[in-house]
Amino acid sequence: MVSIVPLPRRRPAGDRSAAPVKISISAKSVSKTFRLGASEICALDNVDVEVGDGEFVAIVGPSGCGKSTLLRIVAGISRPTTGDVVTNGKTVDKPVTDIGIVFQNPVLLAWRNVLDNVLIQMELRGEAPGKYRERAVALLTAVGLGDFLDRYPRELSGGMRQRAAIIRALIHEPPVLLMDEPFGALDALTREQMRVDLELLWMRTRKTVLFVTHGIDEAVLLADRVVVMSPRPGKIEQIVDVDIPRPRGLDARHHSRFIEITQHITDVFLSRGVLKSESRLSDI
Amino acid sequence: MTDTIVVSPRAARTYQRLLRFGRQLAGFIALFVIWEVGVRVFHVKEYVLPPPSQVFEAAWEHWSSMAQGAWTTTLEIVAGYVLAIVISVPLAVSIAFSRLVEQTVYPVMVFLQIVPKIAVAPLFIIWFGFGFTPKLLLVFLLSFFPIVISSIAGFRSIDPEIMDFVHTTGAGGWKAFLKVRLPHALPDIFTGLKVGAALSATAAVVAEFVASDRGLGYQLLQYNGDLNTQMVFAIIILLSAIGVIVYFVVELLQRIVIPWHVSTTQGTGGIELT
Repeated sequence: MVSIVPLPRRRPAGDRSAAPVKISISAKSVSKTFRLGASEICALDNVDVEVGDGEFVAIVGPSGCGKSTLLRIVAGISRPTTGDVVTNGKTVDKPVTDIGIVFQNPVLLAWRNVLDNVLIQMELRGEAPGKYRERAVALLTAVGLGDFLDRYPRELSGGMRQRAAIIRALIHEPPVLLMDEPFGALDALTREQMRVDLELLWMRTRKTVLFVTHGIDEAVLLADRVVVMSPRPGKIEQIVDVDIPRPRGLDARHHSRFIEITQHITDVFLSRGVLKSESRLSDI
Repeated sequence: MTDTIVVSPRAARTYQRLLRFGRQLAGFIALFVIWEVGVRVFHVKEYVLPPPSQVFEAAWEHWSSMAQGAWTTTLEIVAGYVLAIVISVPLAVSIAFSRLVEQTVYPVMVFLQIVPKIAVAPLFIIWFGFGFTPKLLLVFLLSFFPIVISSIAGFRSIDPEIMDFVHTTGAGGWKAFLKVRLPHALPDIFTGLKVGAALSATAAVVAEFVASDRGLGYQLLQYNGDLNTQMVFAIIILLSAIGVIVYFVVELLQRIVIPWHVSTTQGTGGIELT
């Protein structure tokens, strides 16, 4: 059994905790129970999360801990069994529209080229896509898709598709970006690059980001705060501040705080039995 | 000494296409040559298997009656097929999106689909007589089910996450349907349309077999009774040609409507259209 000592905070002077921060996302005592035949599965148990305006918060936890469910509840595409969610100052009781959402799969439309896949966001919102064309081209060029505007999704690599999906989630300038394991389907190298690019993109736009992942590294490298969840029922174990200076880029993996914080989160998972230090294979 | 001939990519593509067309044509010519030579060498009786030269000769003699029959049969095929499309796609939409319709209409439809539809043809004679209507209905009946079934599959197979994304845009049901659900279903709808097209030609001929006084199916039975095998072959070839044309019209439509789809861009595996 590993004992969990709260990680000492090392915040720079004059940090945002001094001034009251505008809250972008607030989930209060949110629970979600799925009914599966006769049995009930508790996916989320009394979860409280607040995300400040412009803050990057990652939720990390094993599969089945309800982290994606929480994100879907924040987006209003899933309803909590109990509890309240306020996103962008409005109580959530239907799908929230002033957000951008990115899933593990890019879910682009196969019949539209890259540019039109970004512009569908505006068309579905009843806006003339022509007005946003220039902005879409600029954003796509910024993420390296400038030469692929008229390509169809199946002609692109996984990383390129996901870049297009991220731009689709940004074209309408939402204050909040919700990302559900956005790099989960990518190979390790592409994933690392996407992570670095996302940090830079976020530093330029300073959107509020809620980022769901099962990668401890990824969460610590990206987020201001990491929400650590354990499964069945999905509960918040701890919320960890990440005080590694930005831009973290590729080098942050060697930062002493990165090593400390990832070790700390690993210990939390060890203490909750999510991770085991001895292989289960030894039982055989 | 080697000559290097520089050609534009376009010319190279045209050359490839011509080469392909030439090979396809050569295949058909070879088939007819083997047929002709085989029949003559082995002295096959002409009422069993006439040589192609005689088939074409007979067709040349009777071309005006054949054209009339072809007109009648084509009209039956096109009318029944179009009716099937007009009814089955909206029906598929309502089955895919309304639980009430799904639970009431869909089981009845599945049951009706099991009924051997050709067996219903004689019944249509009792109800609608010898004219155009029973043929139209049988064509409709045969091509209707594959279109409905694949269209439903098309509307249902959409990734739920695409719809989650659509919901976060606040788009209403109608806009979501036109911009996302319908285009997504089109490849499956076209699959159904092609199966339906192939069945509709069969349906028209069978309906004419049962009771008719015109059309290629009727003529086929007449010539068969006279042991005029040359004309039987001529009509079979003409019927095949009509089937191929209907199929290619659908194929062409598919290329225009869903140029982005894999089935369109990766070749059809069959005879090239363009």
